Amino acid sequence: MKTIFSFLFTGFIAFSYGQEIQKDTLPANELSEVIVVGTKTPLHEKQFKTLASVDEFLQKSNKIDLIKRGAYAWEPLINGMATERTVITIEGMRIFGACTDKMDPITSYVEVSNLAEATVSSGQQGTSHGNTIGGAIDLRRRDGSVQKPGLDIALLTGYESNNNQKIAGAGINYKNETFYINTDVMFRDADNYKAGNSKEISFSQFTKMNLSATSGYKLSENKLIEGSVIYDKATDVGYPSLPMDVSLAEALITSLKYEVKPLGGKIRSWESKIYFNTITHTMDDTKRPFVPIHMDMPGWSDTYGFYSNVKAHFNDHHLSGNINGFYNRSVAEMTMYPADPNENLMFMYTWPDVRTLYSGIHLEDHWQYNSNSALTFATTLGYHGNEVASEFGLQSLQIFYPEMSSTKSRFLKSFSTNYSYENNGLISGGGVAFGERAPSVSEGYGFYLYNSFDGFDYIGNPNLKNEQSLEANVYIGKTYKKWSAKVTSSYFHIKNYIIGIPDPNVAPMTIGANGIKIYAALDYASIWSNDLTLKCTLNDHFTWTSKLQYYLGKDNDNGNLPFMSPLSYASSLGHSQNKWNGMLSVKGNATQTNFNPTYGEDRTPSFAILDASIGRKFNWNANRIQVNAGVENMLDAYYSTFTDWNNLPRMGRNFFLNISFR
Amino acid sequence: MNNFIQAASLHLLFKLQMKTSLNYFVAVIAMVFTFASCSSDDNNTTNPTNELDGLVKIQQFDNDSHTIELYSKNGLLQQGYNDINIRIKDKQSAAYVKNATITWKPLMHMTMMTHACPYSALTKTNAAGTLYNGFIVFTMPQNTTEYWDLEINYIIDGVNYTAISQIDVPASAKRTLNTFTGTDGTKYVVAYIEPTAPKVAVNDLKVGVWKMENMMNFPMVNGYTVKIDPRMPSMGNHTSPNNVNAVQANPGELYTGKLSLTMTGYWKINLQLANTSGEILKGETVTDAVEASSIFFEIEF
Repeated sequence: MKTIFSFLFTGFIAFSYGQEIQKDTLPANELSEVIVVGTKTPLHEKQFKTLASVDEFLQKSNKIDLIKRGAYAWEPLINGMATERTVITIEGMRIFGACTDKMDPITSYVEVSNLAEATVSSGQQGTSHGNTIGGAIDLRRRDGSVQKPGLDIALLTGYESNNNQKIAGAGINYKNETFYINTDVMFRDADNYKAGNSKEISFSQFTKMNLSATSGYKLSENKLIEGSVIYDKATDVGYPSLPMDVSLAEALITSLKYEVKPLGGKIRSWESKIYFNTITHTMDDTKRPFVPIHMDMPGWSDTYGFYSNVKAHFNDHHLSGNINGFYNRSVAEMTMYPADPNENLMFMYTWPDVRTLYSGIHLEDHWQYNSNSALTFATTLGYHGNEVASEFGLQSLQIFYPEMSSTKSRFLKSFSTNYSYENNGLISGGGVAFGERAPSVSEGYGFYLYNSFDGFDYIGNPNLKNEQSLEANVYIGKTYKKWSAKVTSSYFHIKNYIIGIPDPNVAPMTIGANGIKIYAALDYASIWSNDLTLKCTLNDHFTWTSKLQYYLGKDNDNGNLPFMSPLSYASSLGHSQNKWNGMLSVKGNATQTNFNPTYGEDRTPSFAILDASIGRKFNWNANRIQVNAGVENMLDAYYSTFTDWNNLPRMGRNFFLNISFR
Repeated sequence: MNNFIQAASLHLLFKLQMKTSLNYFVAVIAMVFTFASCSSDDNNTTNPTNELDGLVKIQQFDNDSHTIELYSKNGLLQQGYNDINIRIKDKQSAAYVKNATITWKPLMHMTMMTHACPYSALTKTNAAGTLYNGFIVFTMPQNTTEYWDLEINYIIDGVNYTAISQIDVPASAKRTLNTFTGTDGTKYVVAYIEPTAPKVAVNDLKVGVWKMENMMNFPMVNGYTVKIDPRMPSMGNHTSPNNVNAVQANPGELYTGKLSLTMTGYWKINLQLANTSGEILKGETVTDAVEASSIFFEIEF
């Protein structure tokens, strides 16, 4: 412990030189993006679909795309990079899905009723909670300690016509001088959805229930202790683009936080948290009409962790330090049932009880060296250890790696420097960074994981090197009268890029599979992500917003990387006047021509869809009622996007109605 | 620089913590192991009856002067390869004989003829002990009219003795034995020996290959290759990677290879027997059209 503190201290000393100009408020980190997610903020009332799913909220970010395997539990991509290259946290807590087929990204275990916002950080700017390549999303709840005193009750309800989705929720919040409690419940139940032209997508139903409670107690004027629980249970979730569905996805997410804020003097806040979460995920093929062999594939993931975060101001240096650690246990099994019931069951570990111990430290100095310019230096150093705890599982993997030992440890580093400039409506900046990540459990230790996208069985590789990213980013934006525009561009040169490479010498296990891919490292790959945002305030009531996004990903043979956004656009005209708001928007993609058949991709045709919505606020005694209604995919287009797993068609025309009462 | 050193020591600290728990673990294991090995050592030297550890008596039979006891791991004999232990008890002194020279001869009594099968010589397991060990590969099971007997001939202090008894050799539940005529016209016996307790792992495979010279002589075949292709017929007939065909390390020894099993369940180990020049004498390559070879072993776990 002493070592840790002395390390922190040396860090502060090292960074605390400089000029005397003091600025209290920081300009928002220009490469991070905060998006409103959820119902626990007054801002949500300005949303056009207040009870949209967490995924639909995240989709609004310029940096995020979502891989869709059904109507539920979409997998977020940041800068075109999926789960293993990103860090997704709930208020700083590390959580790992329990599904070997990525059917349960952790965003599927929360609800809009829990959340207030999501902070999306690109590349190495997202390393404060762990090592990442693509970036980070931190999902944040509303700070219960700053709500208005008294009792506050909210009722939420909604309906979506396309898949007969029924939404119901309630929240009870109470606060007095020393104590507060926020509780909420949310329930969703949906049938199969229909793609354009009323084509029903079988196995796209879902049912989800989410409960959460957060309670805090003020120990003194500036000291707070807060406990929090989220319980999420999804049952009967269909995954139409996968060969299996999910009968149960259950998460219990708990934490205890101690916060000191503000401290007198230079230290502004100190927040520490211990947390535990456990996930159970059970796949189910019993409802599918034809399966070559019935199988059970349960998975479990338990994580214990902590972090302690200090923020301090030394003159014009805004420092933050974070030490954090977690211990995760990931187990997944596969049991296959032979047609002959007298035969023994076929059993294997697909995740061989992999334990991961991570301890890291993150230090950041934002140096506002004059009133227009700032430099940010950040570093993250982490120790990452893996152990295969199951002897059975270790021996299984030793079929492929006879010399493999049960443990492997790595040291992960990240360094970044960013410059930002702001003057008279012009913002600009850029930075360079280096980062590393360890292979995920599947990449390191997966055993015959079938990927229905390319039709290969994947085998993990415990000998993989750290994946390393060299990153450069620039942005420039200008606000001029009623117009504002901003362009950001990030370039990642990723060394030892981890991806499955076919091994023709090994035969697949899954019936009908195309072959075996072993996780290996390409010498390098590069990803270039670009986006443009345009805003225009037309008059007091009308705002026009447009976004463009274009990604390019290449491997070392100049082949395309999967899930790179073709030119994609969204343009919307928003209107708000008195208690009314309304929106008309168009969004679409150009044809995806930069696909790669090796990774299971094909050409995705272009599409454009139209959405419209209208909302009104009513005041009724002391209560407020917010009603939103709208139609999505107004012209009932039949389409799929570059992130739709196996070209799963998206939802057709959908009318929705959301009502919140508080 | 200071930062770096601190970071490095931080790293070490975590490593140390992990190591410490590992050390405890190793220490405990070491202690258990020490005690276990102590006790078994003691027993081996002072109490020879513990030669029978892990063995179960199959049956015993007599002549006028001695009782012959047969042991195996499961107390049974069956069609295929059998590892058998024998000891001889002097009826008068009730002591077990340590200085006998023993040979044995299994014989199948069929309705029209008799024949033997592949079997090894008997050797003493432990110079100071009483057990004699060898194997017999019963090439067929008994039935209501046909049976095996086992003749034991032994010399103690220059005196010849003999004992003979019928033995029980039922059919094995899974196929562990292939007897066939190769393309060279020779009749072969290929038997499965190990692993006796297969695991999801790379298993050490042991098989035996003999040829039938005549009804009574089945010498071991040297320098051949037993090609293996394990398959799961219940799951699309998939195979497993990194298997190693069984070959002899030295002439006269059993054949060893590596058998990868990627999951539990029923496996069919398809075989091909190749002679010293690599010609296939029996067995087919498994393909989409050819589901199984004509010679194979079965295991289920």
